[in-house]
Amino acid sequence: MASTKVSLTVNGNEVEAEVDSRTLLIHLLREHLNITGPHIGCDTSHCGACTVDLNGKSVKACTVLAVQAQDGDVLTVEGMAAADGTLHPLQQAFMDNHGLQCGFCTPGMLTRAHRLLQENPNPTEEEIRWGISGNLCRCTGYQNIVKAISQAAAQMNMKEAAE
Amino acid sequence: MIPGQFDYHRPSSKQEALQILGELGGDAFPLAGGHSIIPMMKLRLAAPEHLVDLGAIDELKGVSIGGNVIEIGSMTTQHELLTSSELSQACPIIQETSALIADPQVRYCGTIGGNVANGDPGNDMPGLMQCLDATYVLESNSGAREVGARDFYNGIYDTALNEGEIVTLVRIPTPAAGHGYAYCKLKRKVGDYATAAAGVILNMSGSTCQSASIALTNVGDTALYAAEASDSLAGSDLGDDAIDRAVSLAEGITSPVSDMRGSEEYRSKMAGVMVARAIRLAAERAS
Repeated sequence: MASTKVSLTVNGNEVEAEVDSRTLLIHLLREHLNITGPHIGCDTSHCGACTVDLNGKSVKACTVLAVQAQDGDVLTVEGMAAADGTLHPLQQAFMDNHGLQCGFCTPGMLTRAHRLLQENPNPTEEEIRWGISGNLCRCTGYQNIVKAISQAAAQMNMKEAAE
Repeated sequence: MIPGQFDYHRPSSKQEALQILGELGGDAFPLAGGHSIIPMMKLRLAAPEHLVDLGAIDELKGVSIGGNVIEIGSMTTQHELLTSSELSQACPIIQETSALIADPQVRYCGTIGGNVANGDPGNDMPGLMQCLDATYVLESNSGAREVGARDFYNGIYDTALNEGEIVTLVRIPTPAAGHGYAYCKLKRKVGDYATAAAGVILNMSGSTCQSASIALTNVGDTALYAAEASDSLAGSDLGDDAIDRAVSLAEGITSPVSDMRGSEEYRSKMAGVMVARAIRLAAERAS
């Protein structure tokens, strides 16, 4: 089995790696590129802990082959904060609202919420709940996650209006 | 979990894909959204020697709505179906069904072609396509043919597809203006397959039902078109008696297995409940 060279952009950086056809995107990120924000939870595309953004879509990186991300553009939680360390409004809102307890689901929740707000900048509570329905959290009961996403949406809209 | 080893092919045209699939025959498997085959490969329930990724083939993507027919390329994703404003006008039951499939992340990847061609009785699109009397265009390197959705499914993972053949297009006769529709799905949680589900299309003339189409999901080895139940509604007022009769005819063709979603008897009954709900909701929506 020949290995394949994949080239892609991860969090704005162009990267290359030699992978087997069977290497999953989550393993490319975590093991080849040392980007360990995306977690492996259920490993069966249910829990959403491995969620990353690929070409403007939220995907579960445990169910995408690394070779499918050839020439792709990936965003993980590591790419959300500003270069100077200022947290993304979603990260800040999760902190402010106690939107995490153990933190295992958080990178997936944040990247999923990021895509949700790109598509629907002003979601209702129900739309947020539907939007994150592919991400499981076993700690919070979701209340504070929903609150955090709602607050982040309001802040991002306010910021945009001011600009 | 990591899949077994395989060779990966990423053709950029339909022709190239059909050629590769034709040459490799039974050693190759087409890769659409990947959310059935990749998990099965991770569990080593499937071990194709070659995966032929259809993801880079633009000509297999898109929705086009003509006068009487809706054509959907097989690699169109559930997310793309959900965001098609034309489709929400012409045939809203497709979006009602797509929204009940899996979760947002999976819907960005999962395709209509993968859903209909896989032959998993738990998939929702096969029942819906039978309800809508859709036709699938199947292509291989030796040509194209068409098979109706109601004739396509032979059993669990057993379809009319031959080796080297893929579904390239789904063709749906546009439902009449003012039709009533509903897809009702009972499931335990987001992302689950149906305990039982029913799709219903109604054409009404005043308070009389002119024609009806009913199909069932996940209560047999394949999705089921409920022909007798459908016919029983024609000419009726969709009152309680008419609905009871259709429900009983629909329940009669089910043969679900007992599993963690419920016993055989329960799932059969729930198919009836979904049929009744879908008829009532479709009647409310008809004009």
